[in-house]
Amino acid sequence: MSARANILARIRTRQGKAVTPRAAEQDKVAQFIAEHPQSPRPYVDADLVARFRDRALNLTTSVEDIASLQDLPAAVARYLTEKQLPKTAVCWPDYAMLDWAGQGLQVEGRPACDTDLVGITGAFCALAETGTLMMCSGRDTPATTSLLPETHIAVVSKSRIVAGMEDAWVLLRRDIGTMPRAVNFISGPSRTADIEQTVTLGAHGPYRVHVLLIP
Amino acid sequence: MHFKARVGEKLADVKLQSALKKLQGNFVKGRADRITELDNFHEIRDAAAAIRDRTLANLDVYLDTFERNAKARGTVVHWAETHDDVNRIVREIAAQHGVRKVIKSKSMVTEECALNDALIDAGLEVVETDLGEYILQLAQEPPSHIVAPVVHKTRDEVSDLFAEKHNAPRLTDIPALCREAREKLRPHFLSADMGVSGANFVIAETGSTLIVTNEGNGRLVTTLPKVHVAITGIEKVVATLEDVTTLLRLLPRHGTGQSITNYISVTTGARREGDSDGPEHFHVILVDAGRTKLLGGDMQEMLRCIRCGACMNHCPVYQSVGGHAYGWVYPGPMGSVLTPTYVGLQNAGDLPNAATLCGQCHVACPVKIPLPELLRKLREQQFELKLKPWFEMYALRAWGWLAQHSWLYSMTTRLQARLLKSAADDRGMIRSLPFAGGWTDRRDLPAPEGRTFRELYRAASKNG
Ligand code: SF4
Repeated sequence: MSARANILARIRTRQGKAVTPRAAEQDKVAQFIAEHPQSPRPYVDADLVARFRDRALNLTTSVEDIASLQDLPAAVARYLTEKQLPKTAVCWPDYAMLDWAGQGLQVEGRPACDTDLVGITGAFCALAETGTLMMCSGRDTPATTSLLPETHIAVVSKSRIVAGMEDAWVLLRRDIGTMPRAVNFISGPSRTADIEQTVTLGAHGPYRVHVLLIP
Repeated sequence: MHFKARVGEKLADVKLQSALKKLQGNFVKGRADRITELDNFHEIRDAAAAIRDRTLANLDVYLDTFERNAKARGTVVHWAETHDDVNRIVREIAAQHGVRKVIKSKSMVTEECALNDALIDAGLEVVETDLGEYILQLAQEPPSHIVAPVVHKTRDEVSDLFAEKHNAPRLTDIPALCREAREKLRPHFLSADMGVSGANFVIAETGSTLIVTNEGNGRLVTTLPKVHVAITGIEKVVATLEDVTTLLRLLPRHGTGQSITNYISVTTGARREGDSDGPEHFHVILVDAGRTKLLGGDMQEMLRCIRCGACMNHCPVYQSVGGHAYGWVYPGPMGSVLTPTYVGLQNAGDLPNAATLCGQCHVACPVKIPLPELLRKLREQQFELKLKPWFEMYALRAWGWLAQHSWLYSMTTRLQARLLKSAADDRGMIRSLPFAGGWTDRRDLPAPEGRTFRELYRAASKNG
């Protein structure tokens, strides 16, 4: 018998069940998954944007409001100057057409590689409960842009800030339908506390995460 | 495995003791603070236990569902009955794809299997990328905590180790040490052809695997190499995205005292048409290796465990001796339950007794595992299997007989109480007792007043 058959049979024998599952068992599981009910959730303030901002700041993510996507290059230029960071970056293809050069920036719309120091992305949505960004990988939303560079700048639309992760799954089922290859929830810059439990920012991912909120 | 033999050495280790103090401060206080963010914490905790019980009750059907949905997205699903099977499967996958370098993110299952050794023996280069695990790989030591593997090491020791192994100037500042490790490891991420990770959960609904990390190494391991292998225990399956969401509210809070970990990465299948990143091949290995032995009996509740580490952080015994004293992969109360069931009660020595049964672990456990209850059951099994030292067996049997004979019991205890009283010094303390040095070597025993509880009770009821 295969390892699979052995393990499944062992499970059933240990639990005192007949060797093959009855249809009723399978139906019960299938029905539960089809319904995917939510369990009790914690209270999250009604002002989702304020809650997101507060929690994000707590995670050492910086947050700034801009009036529209057209203002993105100027806001990025300001941020990079203030932090004394290089003026070159990579971005998701959607943002490649913005007027970066007009702000003295050199920005390429391609996936990030090891030498890129700044990555500019959007987000699928954001979670107010924890100040978290949700990223779904795909053709136009490469995962490396938010991962390899030392600085990650993310554009988030306020209308895409939802209360909690349950609401993000609702959006995902509605907007994408199936699971993308990678869904990443990002909550601030990467960190480690492995040495003497001292929290240090910038372990293997970005050292800083900057969120620009658009309406 | 001799827990008792290691304890003395650990208690005398000054560096270890100072390292363990910090753990209590950060993780214990962190959990207490973070659970207050959940106004309905107790409801959420009840739901979490129910979510774990849901899949355990129909484990085979949920695993089958997971497999079907994972396969539909191009994932190759393997089943491993033993630790050796895991090592063999990983070696086969490596050979199949011509792999030479393997990068790993933290996985306790692979610690169970001693996978690194098996891969190195097969001629592969293996690099641990979690900072803590990387330090341990350099030092050639096993982890001492399931969440903070290197909690037993001080910064000074890490400085020495890096200076020696990296052949570089000795840095002492913690951020500088982290930067040094980042720069050493980045080239490995970029050049490895296989990434091995664990999975905190696998999701039946979508056929996905999920890992939580803070460092981002887990994302790199599951994104950059052309092959990704996720290895996890069969008990880690949850039904739906909603169910896993509830567990994710508790895991980081109980693990590291965070509301959420920096990264939660859910991966489903290999790279898709048009994707610019992600592995070309995605394998999942579902591991039994003793887990089914816990099903269907007294111990099934143990399989709810989400490996948060809260039980060890809150355990006065773990806090005093650290993880290495427990002798195998899993320390603390959860380890004292898991190790005897995985490796056999006869090989686990005194582990079921390595707890005071104070109950803190049960209170702290996010999925309400009655750890003291399970330890007590293991002690009973030890007694039944005659695995206790002979004098303990006889003493317990004699006590059992005595307790069943009321008049004899009352006479013996009366005699004892009087005797003990007469052995006391002028402070009412007993400094040493024959055959009970363990009680009196390091402290004095307060002597009884002279009359037994039953005598006092009888006198009080007469007067009352
Ligand atoms: S037994 Fe409970 S407290 Fe201990 S690691 Fe498992 S889930 Fe956490």
